[in-house]
Amino acid sequence: MKAVITVIGKDSVGILAKVSSACAEAGVNIVEVTQSVLQDMFAMIMLVQIDKDALGMDALREKLDRVGERTNTKIHVMHEDIFNSMHRI
Amino acid sequence: MLETKDILETINMIDNENLDVRTITMGISLLECIDEDIDKASAKVYDKVCRYAQDLVKTGEDIEREFGIPIINKRISVTPIAMVASACQSHNPVKFAKALDRAAHELGVNFIGGYSALVHKGFSAGDYALIDSIPEALSETELVCSSVNIGSTKAGLNMDAVRLMGKAVKLAAEKTADRDCIGAAKLVVFCNAPEDNPFMAGAFHGVGEADCVINVGVSGPGVVRAALAKGGEGKTIDEIADMVKKTAFKITRMGQLVAKEASKRLCVPFGIVDLSLAPTPAVGDSVAYILEEMGLETCGCHGTTAALALLNDAVKKGGVMASSHVGGLSGAFIPVSEDAGMIAAARSGALDITKLEAMTAVCSVGLDMIVVPGDVTAEQISAIIADEAAIGMVNTKTTAVRLIPAIGKKAGDELSFGGLLGTGPVMPVRKGDPSVFINRGGRLPAPLQALKN
Repeated sequence: MKAVITVIGKDSVGILAKVSSACAEAGVNIVEVTQSVLQDMFAMIMLVQIDKDALGMDALREKLDRVGERTNTKIHVMHEDIFNSMHRI
Repeated sequence: MLETKDILETINMIDNENLDVRTITMGISLLECIDEDIDKASAKVYDKVCRYAQDLVKTGEDIEREFGIPIINKRISVTPIAMVASACQSHNPVKFAKALDRAAHELGVNFIGGYSALVHKGFSAGDYALIDSIPEALSETELVCSSVNIGSTKAGLNMDAVRLMGKAVKLAAEKTADRDCIGAAKLVVFCNAPEDNPFMAGAFHGVGEADCVINVGVSGPGVVRAALAKGGEGKTIDEIADMVKKTAFKITRMGQLVAKEASKRLCVPFGIVDLSLAPTPAVGDSVAYILEEMGLETCGCHGTTAALALLNDAVKKGGVMASSHVGGLSGAFIPVSEDAGMIAAARSGALDITKLEAMTAVCSVGLDMIVVPGDVTAEQISAIIADEAAIGMVNTKTTAVRLIPAIGKKAGDELSFGGLLGTGPVMPVRKGDPSVFINRGGRLPAPLQALKN
């Protein structure tokens, strides 16, 4: 399945690195990344592929929660279908 | 790739605007549990409910985690117990309520609905006994909800049932007076009750339904209000209606996704999505605030009924395309104690029971979660039920009454139920004694609207 990771918060050094290493540790492949920094607010959106042999959603979320705490950002991991169904007909 | 602004909009709806799926409700038929021996029958009920719904809570939580969408309640609705109890030789069906309560606790669901009777045209075996037992059943159980359908557009109003339900509401409050009269908060009196409603306290599993179905109720008043707050300034009424429609579409699509997913994972057919805007006591998650956002100084002032009619209609129009099957109550709810804006309006005196009655003619339910003085008579409650049912009957819509007589309290006091049920200021009722009218009994004839064939 594909999931969307969003990271929102104050910009600081190494957010992208920390989030992507958490993904790597969980065996999750990053498919696409977009990020923007508006003034000092950081917003990054990642589309990731979670395969059956990956650690799974829960483990990934746990890791990302820790990254969120360390980098003082809010990180969400949500199934891609939520966005597809809400915003596409 | 998805657009950034769409993704951030969804995240913001969940984080800041209280977007959630209000309930996944599993409807379970109990017709096969009928038995002459009430102990055997209630054991079968317990077993079937526990067997069918064993994965309901876990599945709900899994979907919640994977999709990142809060699912507030997991509930069960069952076949009206009056039907199941009608074959029993014992005349006290409370054992069924206790079996349902045990099952609900065992499964970890939030509520179980269906301690119900359908008596819109008359009483059959088991109906009297069930209605008589409602106050006892609600005071001796925690999670069981009860509802009685006393009228319909086709059948008219069963005025004997209206009289009995006034007494039942009063007694349910008296028996739970030490617990803020919570018994009455779990009891709904319907006209035109839907058979697939996932919302409590009025959920039951209709006899025309499949053996087991999944119904989902969406929510999201906070999202609608935020949309109007962000883009509503200077807009005409048509543009406001359009904004509500678009938002309702998005909310419902999320509900449809969750419903389909729950149905797939539980291997249970998908029933309906109920497109309701269901408020919670959380500030910002209020239907009243949407009406105020449209430009009313306070909910309850003149203009409220028109604003609510617009909201109710736009929610349906937006939602109906987003789901393959729409049902239940589908519209805007106005439960006073569960809505921060309604509570504020009732406290300030801007919102009274007569204005609420008018509002119920254009929204999805009825006089909901209204706390009335403890000295209100059973006949007065019956008369309020009759008024509300008449509105439903004539307008071919569902109306419901969920009044909580605050035993020992008077106008100006408050009851606090906690959780989603909220806090209700005691609202005065109109003076005058309707008891002769109520005690006449009989059937109020169905209106001409019933003759559609």
